[in-house]
Amino acid sequence: MSAISREPSAPRSVPRSVPRAGWMVIGGKEFGDHLLSARFIVLVIVLGLAAAIPLYFAAAAIRAVASSVTDSQAIFIALFWLAPDVGNGGVTLPSVTGFLAYVAPLLGLAFAFDAINGERADGTLPRLLSQPIHRDDVVNGKFAAGLAVIGIVLVSVVGAIAAFGLIRLGIVPAASEVLRIVLWVLVTFIYVSLWLAFGMLLSVVVRRAATSALIGFGTWLLLTFFGGLIVSLIGGIVAPLTGTAQEQLRSIGIQETLRRLLPDTLYREASLTLLNPQVTSVATPATLGGYQQAQQRIPSLLSLDQSFILVWPQVVGLVALTVACFALAYVTFMRQEVRA
Amino acid sequence: MSGTPGRIAPKRRPGHRLAAAPAPDRARVSGSRAHAPERTFETPPDDIRIRTRGLTKRYGDLVAVDDLDLDVQAGEIFGLLGQNGAGKTTTILMLLGLTEPTSGEAWVMGLDPTRGPLEVKRRVGYMPDSVGFYGDMSGRENLRYTARLNRIDQSTANATIHEVLTQVGLTDRADDRVDTYSRGMLQRLGIADALVKDPDVLILDEPTTSIDPLGVGEILDLLRGLVQERGLTILLSSHLLNQVQSVCDRIGIFAAGRLIGQGTMADLAARFGDGAGHLEVGLDLVAPAEIERVRALIAAIDGVTAVVRADGPARVWTVAVVSAAEAPRVRTAIFAIVAQHELPLTSIREVVPSLEDIYRRAVAGPAVRRAPETAA
Repeated sequence: MSAISREPSAPRSVPRSVPRAGWMVIGGKEFGDHLLSARFIVLVIVLGLAAAIPLYFAAAAIRAVASSVTDSQAIFIALFWLAPDVGNGGVTLPSVTGFLAYVAPLLGLAFAFDAINGERADGTLPRLLSQPIHRDDVVNGKFAAGLAVIGIVLVSVVGAIAAFGLIRLGIVPAASEVLRIVLWVLVTFIYVSLWLAFGMLLSVVVRRAATSALIGFGTWLLLTFFGGLIVSLIGGIVAPLTGTAQEQLRSIGIQETLRRLLPDTLYREASLTLLNPQVTSVATPATLGGYQQAQQRIPSLLSLDQSFILVWPQVVGLVALTVACFALAYVTFMRQEVRA
Repeated sequence: MSGTPGRIAPKRRPGHRLAAAPAPDRARVSGSRAHAPERTFETPPDDIRIRTRGLTKRYGDLVAVDDLDLDVQAGEIFGLLGQNGAGKTTTILMLLGLTEPTSGEAWVMGLDPTRGPLEVKRRVGYMPDSVGFYGDMSGRENLRYTARLNRIDQSTANATIHEVLTQVGLTDRADDRVDTYSRGMLQRLGIADALVKDPDVLILDEPTTSIDPLGVGEILDLLRGLVQERGLTILLSSHLLNQVQSVCDRIGIFAAGRLIGQGTMADLAARFGDGAGHLEVGLDLVAPAEIERVRALIAAIDGVTAVVRADGPARVWTVAVVSAAEAPRVRTAIFAIVAQHELPLTSIREVVPSLEDIYRRAVAGPAVRRAPETAA
């Protein structure tokens, strides 16, 4: 134990250079904690079920039509976006991506809502901060760990869906389809990161983990399930659907813009466009002429880069929201007192 | 007793720019200081491990720490004594760079904790008040995490962790989950945790509050041993007077954010004592008439101000003497009376003022003096 019995004020003789930054140590520990936690297992199951139900029906629907549409290049990927009819009553289930849009925020919130206030509650924060690390290492490390776990969950769930598709449909996806799926996973990842950053912000601002979880889930419910209704209500007041067709189109445009304030809408538009090459526009035409044009357009498949360009604003919007949430959490944490 | 009892202005080093500043009214001085231009101080000499000059922290209107001048020398145990909310923890957080001072300067190991917190935190082991650990990990795993954060390589870390766990007496339970630990065990683990990084300075915030009396003795012995073996410097805060008295070389008394006195027990006794001496005399007397007669005899000794017989079976008399210097003479006089009247004397000793007495007087002092200020 030479390190211990040295002269007190002598310079450090033992090299202390384990070349790892503080945030990596914290991130590594958090990552391990997440993977072993009950919430990780629960979320994988919830997400898996959310994907499996529509997946099953979508696969059945695709099998029914696949033999007749041999020319289509994008049958496999329809597995992800097809909203299947169930039974004969015409009940439509959400698609796989629709279901993910509902439950993905949970994934982000679950791994962040108690990131900082949990440490405070345990009394570990002052001890952690008194180690030779920068204060932002704590936030950065925890965020990085959350991103890593989200990445693993998403990739494994999507991998499972793809494997199911390969077996059940017997169709091998084309290279462009694989690329579309990869891009879609990336956009989903950003969307979940947004909720992770939001959860992190809550964990910094709200002192109690239970409160921050409630606020987080409340926000999720509000935006995901009631957000559309609320926005329609506001849209109906601001821009009612009256007057000539031209005026009505203008109103629809305003309502669409309002709806895009919801991150949920941004994600849905982006994912649908990326997955389905038949989607050629995310916006309703602003003029009557444009509307007619859209009606007369021959159905065609967009190439991947064209699809991507179409949703570029949505993707940028999601990234910007994520960065804003994280930056707010970061700055707030840096200015907070160590003691509550 | 010479000198004014009560508040003492801490000694200021010559060449120090503060020396030129008038010191009488601290509240006013520190009030103007918040806006004063940044002053430069020389880095303290090597044997001063912790030094603060004019260190002040405000939260809005509340002054948590007011114009603190503190010196902790190498190889000593310094006790910060004060009630809850007196500013002890805030001071410690400023020393670690975890809270920025509103004004004033601090050096830890000659480094400025505000500007270079990393190097300070590398060399200072800290155990916070009501220390916590990750409940789902074992004690040993928690310490390993601390070692990793300090970038200690694994083999060194394992050896060090084993040693510190032995020192705090936790080897048996080291591999149990921390959420099965008692509060006292957590505090022991906290001390082990602060030692993992092999620090030069140890800062312990209320290190023994939840440890049982026997355990406290062990911990205090451990701290003493650390100072002797490793030459560590320890700063500990506590509101438990007898523990501070038993283990600390020097003591700083905090009240309402101010350090109202620092020094050894003897220094503090000289500054805050009322100067009176006390003798404890054991006289095995029961008959009331006899008691009255002896009381009159002792009270008649020159220099005795009061004679009090404690009720109960102990039969101890407390004899107050006008000044501590007179106590030996009074003791001799009591011996003479005892011999002359053949009294059943069982014991006699001079009572040193306890830290509690000193503390009570020190804390009461400034409160009395401050009263006119608040009225004005």
